[in-house]
Amino acid sequence: MLELKLRHDLSSFTLDVCFETPSGTTVLFGGSGSGKTTVINAVAGLFKPAIGRVVLDGRVLFDTDSGIWLPPHRRRIGYIFQEGRLFPHLTVEQNLLFGRFWSPKGARREDMPKIVEMLGIGPLLNRRPIALSGGEKQRVSIGRALLSSPELLLADEPLAALDQPRKEEILPYFERLRDELNIPVLYVTHSAAEVARLATSVVVLKDGKMQRQGEAADVLADASVLPTGVRAAGALIEARVKEHHQDGLSELDAGGLPLFLPRVQQAVGQSVRLRVQAHDVILSREYPEGLSALNILPGNIVKIHQGSGPGVMISLETPAGPILARVTQRSAKAMGLQTGIACHAVMKSVAIAPSNIGTTAGQPRA
Amino acid sequence: MTEWLGPQEWQAVSLSLKVAFWAVALSLPCGILVAYALARWEFPGKQLLNGIVHLPLILPPVVTGYLLLLLLGTQGVLGSRLQEIGVVFAFRWSGAALAAAIMAFPLMVRAIRLSIEAVDPRLEEAAATLGAGPIWGFVTVTLPLALPGIIAGAVLAFAKAMGEFGATITFVSNIPGQTQTLPSAIYAFLQVPGGEASALRLVVVSVCIAMSALLVSEILARRIAKRMGAE
Repeated sequence: MLELKLRHDLSSFTLDVCFETPSGTTVLFGGSGSGKTTVINAVAGLFKPAIGRVVLDGRVLFDTDSGIWLPPHRRRIGYIFQEGRLFPHLTVEQNLLFGRFWSPKGARREDMPKIVEMLGIGPLLNRRPIALSGGEKQRVSIGRALLSSPELLLADEPLAALDQPRKEEILPYFERLRDELNIPVLYVTHSAAEVARLATSVVVLKDGKMQRQGEAADVLADASVLPTGVRAAGALIEARVKEHHQDGLSELDAGGLPLFLPRVQQAVGQSVRLRVQAHDVILSREYPEGLSALNILPGNIVKIHQGSGPGVMISLETPAGPILARVTQRSAKAMGLQTGIACHAVMKSVAIAPSNIGTTAGQPRA
Repeated sequence: MTEWLGPQEWQAVSLSLKVAFWAVALSLPCGILVAYALARWEFPGKQLLNGIVHLPLILPPVVTGYLLLLLLGTQGVLGSRLQEIGVVFAFRWSGAALAAAIMAFPLMVRAIRLSIEAVDPRLEEAAATLGAGPIWGFVTVTLPLALPGIIAGAVLAFAKAMGEFGATITFVSNIPGQTQTLPSAIYAFLQVPGGEASALRLVVVSVCIAMSALLVSEILARRIAKRMGAE
């Protein structure tokens, strides 16, 4: 567990955060210039805040009260940088072994072949970083950080420099870090999609202050704290893959309700979590007939949040879990929407992009 | 080659090689340290250090040689003390090496500093997060990445040390077999009637040594660049 308390005056704002991270992947979420990178640099020891305290599993890394400051090389914290920062003069294999060499003998990871295989970098071992693609570099960078046998992994927007297909390529590896290796990760991003895929818990930062901390589903449903505003708001539903149909669709079971999505990668029986963005959901009072959309979830309205714009955010409780829908004020009025009434949430199958479908370690919530 | 060159000429060539080799070998670690400090650290007196390092480049060499004599000569401030423990620089080949090292130092530091500045300091941060302390991070990351510049600096310093004349002749004089380096020998031969042939032979030797040093450093630098995939 990581406990962290920092205060530092930066040029445009004062950084002032205090949080504890549970196990799993904690995502530090915020827009650019919100102080996210400064926070993890302080955890890594690359930045020394004016006042603060950082404790990792009971080990004090930094404490201004008692004057403790461990330099980065003695913290045993792995860091995956946005630009990879592989050593250009070393081969992939030498890069991977670099951190291992300095790690204490008793605590060394002995599973290099497993990690090399998990990251699919076996064929790259003899190459130099200059001969790698962006995605390959980032995979090696994950492996290098892991093989230094860290007690915590930091990742600073590791996907930000990659194009969309490469992001899709790397995201599953971070899911596997969370689900298979059981290593705590502090992951910085400004992308709600990455929060939805990876976060066990989320810390939202804005202008150096903590706005909210909580579970991914709760934070993503709260448009007021999302750096990209309502456009990124959405719900997280957990579901299980039931069947892959012949016509290219996969059927999922979400709390007893069927969901049809374009063929998902996960195998039958596996749990997945889906991010359903609020602007992709249509509401209907009656059970809709003669509609092309395949996914219809019955539920009850539990909250209507009126923003300043032309839209309202409707929260529904459905057997599949909470769903968010963003509709216009005009529609809400015409339909007579209010808390407590029954309503159907309608979603097109193709509205859920593959990037919004991830694996999950836990059991489906329903 | 020994037959082609007269004994005095041969002595001058071999002495110069020895002087230049030791001048570079002993000043290189110090040059790397100073270059790193100037490239990476912020400390009070940084500009002063920078100025002192560059002083031999802008002072007349004779002045540098005379200052060395005042400081390290047998009657000098430091020299008299060093003499008590048996270390003498004045009028010895070691003094020639010292003078050459000091005169070549700014060139060496400039080249190395540029190459260290070209190494991304974020790679040193990465090395630290992987568990390498500052010294090991320097040895395993910064040093190998700056190697082409270090080689260039060393070769430049070697060439400068071979050709150093003013400070050397002032500090350690021009004693054949002891302190008569290649340039001092050429100068001496030109002062006596009939010495032109010897001087010319030494000129040819200087050109050959300088050219081959340049060639070797080019080949080394290219090999390293290739290994790092820059080509």
